[in-house]
Parts: sequence; C-alpha cells; structure tokens
Amino acid sequence: MFGKPVFLITDLLIFALVFVIIAFFIYAMRKPHLRAPWRQVVRSKAGVISIMVLLVYISIAILDSMHFHPKIENSSVEGEEQYNGEIQSVFDQIVAEIRNSTEKTYSAPFAAYLFAKETVQLEDGSKLREHPRLKWGGVHLDNPENEKSADILSLAVTGIVKAFIAWLVLVALLCLMLSLRTKNSLSTVVKNIVHGESDIPWRTIATTLAILLLVLLVGAEWATKYHVLGTDKVGEDVLYQALKSIRTGVVIGTLTTLLMLPFAITLGIMAGYFRGWIDDVIQYLYTTLNSIPGVLLIAAAVLMLNVYMGKHAEEFASLTQRADLRLLFLCLILGLTSWTGLCRLLRAETLKLREVDFVQAASAFGVGSTQTIFRHILPNMMHIVLITIVLDFSGLVLAEAVLSYINIGVDPTMNSWGNMINSARLEMAREPVVWWSLAASLFFMFTLVLFANLFADVVRDALDPRIAKQ
Amino acid sequence: MIAYIVRRILYAIPILIGVNILTFLLFFVVNSPDDMARMFLGQKHVTEEQIEDWKTERGYHHPLFYNTEEQGAEKFTKTIFYTKSVRLFVFDFGRSDSGRDISFDISQRMWPSLAIAVPQLLIGLLVTISLALLIAFFRGTYIDYWAVVICVALMSISGLFYIIGGQFIMGKILRVVPISGFEDGIFGIKFLVLPVLIGIVGGIGSSTRWYRTIFLEEINKDYVRTARAKGISEQMVLFKHVLRNAMIPILTGVVVILPLLFMGSLITESFFGIPGLGSYTIDAINRQDFSIVRSMVFLGAVLYIIGLLLTDISYTVVDPRVRLN
Repeated sequence: MFGKPVFLITDLLIFALVFVIIAFFIYAMRKPHLRAPWRQVVRSKAGVISIMVLLVYISIAILDSMHFHPKIENSSVEGEEQYNGEIQSVFDQIVAEIRNSTEKTYSAPFAAYLFAKETVQLEDGSKLREHPRLKWGGVHLDNPENEKSADILSLAVTGIVKAFIAWLVLVALLCLMLSLRTKNSLSTVVKNIVHGESDIPWRTIATTLAILLLVLLVGAEWATKYHVLGTDKVGEDVLYQALKSIRTGVVIGTLTTLLMLPFAITLGIMAGYFRGWIDDVIQYLYTTLNSIPGVLLIAAAVLMLNVYMGKHAEEFASLTQRADLRLLFLCLILGLTSWTGLCRLLRAETLKLREVDFVQAASAFGVGSTQTIFRHILPNMMHIVLITIVLDFSGLVLAEAVLSYINIGVDPTMNSWGNMINSARLEMAREPVVWWSLAASLFFMFTLVLFANLFADVVRDALDPRIAKQ
Repeated sequence: MIAYIVRRILYAIPILIGVNILTFLLFFVVNSPDDMARMFLGQKHVTEEQIEDWKTERGYHHPLFYNTEEQGAEKFTKTIFYTKSVRLFVFDFGRSDSGRDISFDISQRMWPSLAIAVPQLLIGLLVTISLALLIAFFRGTYIDYWAVVICVALMSISGLFYIIGGQFIMGKILRVVPISGFEDGIFGIKFLVLPVLIGIVGGIGSSTRWYRTIFLEEINKDYVRTARAKGISEQMVLFKHVLRNAMIPILTGVVVILPLLFMGSLITESFFGIPGLGSYTIDAINRQDFSIVRSMVFLGAVLYIIGLLLTDISYTVVDPRVRLN
C-alpha cells in the first residue's frame, strides 16, 4: 500500500517485544495465579490511567516503527515501480501534513508570521523590515491579527465536538459490552459506572478517555492549520519532532532492559544455583563492570563507536540505518551498565530459593539442575524481572536526554528529546526567548516518565509478595 | 577489623586489573591507535607521516603488548599496555592527548567539584530527611498521599529542566545570581548558590520518597509499638526511635557515594561553567581526548571501590549488631 517495507533492527526487536507481551498476556489470562496481580493493577485508578496514557505513547511508537521506502508517483520508467531512497514510517504518512510544512526558520506556537524580522522588497521598490507571513502556518487567514483567535477557537470547537462524539460512541459500546457480559440491564450498568461502583474503575477510564480524546482531537484539528508548538531553527514543526521522539524514548526504555535480560537472568541464576567458583567468577564480573561509573563507560564506548563508524562509513546503507544501529548500540551499552543490579537481585533470590522445601524435594527426587531451574526457580523469580522492567523504563528515558545532551547519546540526526533540549539550550539565550522547543520536549518527556513511574508503582505493589496486601 | 580491611583491599586489586584490561580493550584493541589518529586529525587528507608524528608525540607508537625491537625488560615496558595502562596503578596518568599533565589538572579541578558536591549533599540530606519525617508523621492521610504524588512528579522531570529552568528564572529574570562562572575564595559563593540549590531541588523527589519508605518500614516494627505502649509521645517516637534506627540505611547509602563526590557532576558543572572534574570529563569527551577519559574511568573505579569499603566499615560503626569477618 505504501511502498517497499524496510525492517530496521530496532523495528524487529520492537515487534518481537510486542509479540512477547501479547503472548504473555494470553498465557497469563489462563492461569489464575498470574492473573491475580494484573487484576489488582487494572482495579487501581492510577493503574488504569497510566495504562491508557502509556498505550497512546506506545501506539505512536509502534506506528513509527513500521518503515518503508515510499513509492515514487509518476515514475519515469513505465511498468516498473520506483522507490524513494528515503525511509519513512507509517506514522510519517499519518502526520504528513505537518511533516512537510517546513518554514524558513523560527516561528512561535500558533503564529502566522515568522519570529524574526526580514527585509522584504515591496512592489514599488522600497524596502521594509517586517515579520514575513509563514508559508504554511495560518495561510488560510486573510487578516491574521483580527481573525486568528476566532479561527483557533472555532477549530477547537470542531475538535471538541468530534471528541465528544467519539467518546459517546466508545462509552456506549463499553456499556453495551458490560451489560451483555454481566447480564445486567443497560441502566444498571450506566448507574454503576456513574456512581463508581464497579470492580474495574470504569468511571476513571471514561474520564481519562474523554481527556485523551479531547487533547488528541483538538490538537489534531489545530495542527491542520497551524504550527501548534511553533517551528525550530530550520523551520521544522516542533510538534512533529516531539512526536517522532516518542519512538526513540520508548525504544531506549524497553529494548535496553530486553537486551540485558538474558545475561542478567542466566548469570544471576547460575551464580546463585551452582555457587562455588561459578559464583565467584560472576560476582567478579559484575563488581568490575559496576565499579566503572556508568556515564564514563558509556562515553568511552560511544567514543569508540564514533571512531569505528568513521572508519567504516561505507558499510551503512543510509543515514537512517546508521542512526538506527547507533540507537541499538546505545541500548546495548546502557544494558551493559544496568544488568548488574538485576543480576545481583536474582542471585540473592536464587540462593534463597534453592534452600526452600519444594526445590530440596525436587532434587531429592533426582530432578536435574536444568529442570529444577526452569520449573521451580525461574517461574518464582519472574516478578522480580517484571518489576525491574517497568521500574527501569522511566530512568532510561531520562538517561537518554542527559546522554544526548553530552553528545554520547543517540545520533544527532535522530529525533529525540535529548537532541531537542540540546539545541534548545542556545535558544534560551536569545532575546526574546525561543522557549517552545524546550517546553515541548520537556512536556512530552515528563508525561511519559510520570505515567511510567505511576504504572511502575502500581505493578510493584501488585507483584511484590513482600508488600502486604490490604 | 584491620585484617578485614586488608583483605578487602587485596580483593580490590583483581577488580582494578579487570577495569584496566576492559578499558584497554575498549580504547586500543577495538580501534587501533591509527584509527584514533585519523579521527583526531580529520578523516581525509592525512598522510602516513602525520599519523606517525601524532602517535609518537603521544606515545602511541609502541606495539600493544610485546615489543620485539627492544632488549630485556624493555620488551614489556616499551609497549602501550605498560605505558598507558599499568602506570595507572601508581596513579601516573601521564599526559593528555593535548599535552597537559592529567594528574596536575585533576588535583586543581578537584576542589571546585567538592565545593559544589559537599554543600549539596549536606543540605540536601537535611532537607529530604526533614521532609520525609514530616510525611511519615502524617502517614495515611491526604497529606501523605499528595506528598508522594508530588515526589513522583518531581522525579519525572528531567534533571536538565531543573538546570535550564533554574538558570532562566534565577539568573535571567530575577537576576539574583550570575548564570555561570566560578571564582576562588569567599566571593565565589555567589556562583555556587544556584548549582547547589538546583542540585538539591532536583534530588528532593526521589530521596524524599525513598527515605519515607525507610521511615515507614521502621514505624511498623515492634520496638516502636513498645515505645508507644510505654506512653511516649508521637514526636519522641519519631525523633528518638524511628529517626535513629532509620539513619542506618540512610547513612550507609550516603557513604557509598562519598568518594565519588570528587568526580563532580558532569551535567551541572558543564552548564554552570565550573572548572571541576565533571566539566573536565565532558570537555574531554567532546574533544575526544582518550587519555583523560581513560584516566577518569580508572579513577572512578578506584573511588567506587573505596566507597564500598567505607560502607561496610560504616555498618559496623553505626550498627553494633553487624560483625565483620
């Protein structure tokens, strides 16, 4: 439909991760002991709110991970399809309008004029210093000074109406589904939701849905006519950049942990289960790695990667692929500095578990070590692994920004919040201040990290057996 | 006790050797000195002589492990591994790629880093412990709930925002303190106020929440219930019993980072133009000065190991139940 698909390495890993999550979900639904903690998660208000917000972010990240070479329309060669060398994603197609709406340079949010004055030649030959009109933002207005606020308002109203209709449809479907499932009449279901008398906090879900739809649809309505968050130095839409950065953040937050899991789990269990010299070697390994300050290890590794990439520049088919490889490498090296914590936890847990009666009984019956590990030890540690995955996520998203700021993060050509903040630093020193790039990146990052943190808390409370259930 | 410390120090040696070999592999085996020279001099239009000169000037012209051209012990000492890595063990950092004495730079730049890190740590501890104790006093109420929510929100803000926002509000709009710079002596304080303040505010969220958890864990223990049963007032329980016992995990958590204070904060120092070790490292990273980065990696590892040792010792000091053996 779009063109020739391209699979970057991180894309494949993201799809693999989505597949694993769905598979785990289906598996867990069938096992009561696995279902119970997740029930507790969806029954807490903070849990459902953060799940919904995170789903929005993750959907954008997934859409942005489906890459392809766009087809060239009206190609010169007949009967043969021509593809553009540039790599785009499905998400780029959805927001094509703001993607292609570049201006000359800075413009403020909702502006119809450029931010800087320029000398323009008038028809009679005289010259004038003024703020020129934008090429895209607000061009439909004849007289922006008078019409703009009314136009913004009317767009907002359209957005609100659309959001309301969408919300009504979704909530009506939800009520219908609930009434069919619980075999209650529709009015009882609605009453229960309104009064907040349900196991799953449907009222909170409906409210969150309303807010999300409002933000998304009003924003989308505005974005068709204006640069909602302004444009940056080269005139690219800041909203587009901030949205594209979501994928970078999510990839770093999830893939880093995913890539380090095999090492942490294998080594942690081996150290705890076999003890003796294996334990000594593994402990030595992680103490050594741990004793190098993380930032410095990352800096050293990325410096070396720069040298390597400079030497083998011809091996990378395109800039996108190069940036992608660098992103993957960053995930790997971040994983290398962070697996030690999990490994230590798992080692301690294994030491504890191998003395527990059912493991002792298994070995008394002559069950081999491999089977004991897979049947008895590994399943009993999955809660630690899951808690680590969600707890690490927000820290990694924040770390990306700091690393990109000191130029050892993602590729400078890649959209990321860190790169946005990095370039926004000089903008803050301008007079008047260019604040929107910074504000946009911080807002998008803050929302993701905040809800990831809230989600992590709920998941930890639900999964950690040491926290007493009320 | 002394036997324990000696054993721990001996145990640190293989770890440092490991760190050393790891950095050596990272810096010299993954990429040869030729690659580094080419990177440093620019990718194109570099002649072989220029590369050789660059390497000789910085001592990268020796072979990696074994020098066949030399006699006796020099077969091993005239190698990159010996001159660049083994010498780190006696804290001989050598010269940076731009020709400056690294040890001298470190001894100079250590003090500004400490001038920021020490007040930040002390005031930060005071503020977060007081806040956490206050929240623990109101546990289970709406104050507790919202305080935790605010802590999570504060944690979710990027550290970069605290710095940029703080500089913008305090330095540019209110004009209370200079935005950046550094000066020795008593007049230097005005340059330190903002970075210290920002460091404290940036850490409030996570530390307060963590200390609150520690306090709540203590509050539910039996000895606290006994104290209450004896009729001791809530304030006395919190200050005399809970605070004292909770200080054990808090203090030992702090001791681990004490030696690393020397390293300075990378981001803060480079933002505020403070000539400490953090900005030294960042500059080295940006200039691709491999010698400095390598030295700092080694120094960081040494300090970390000292921190671990101090933690173990501090356990025995604050908690008489712990015996080292």
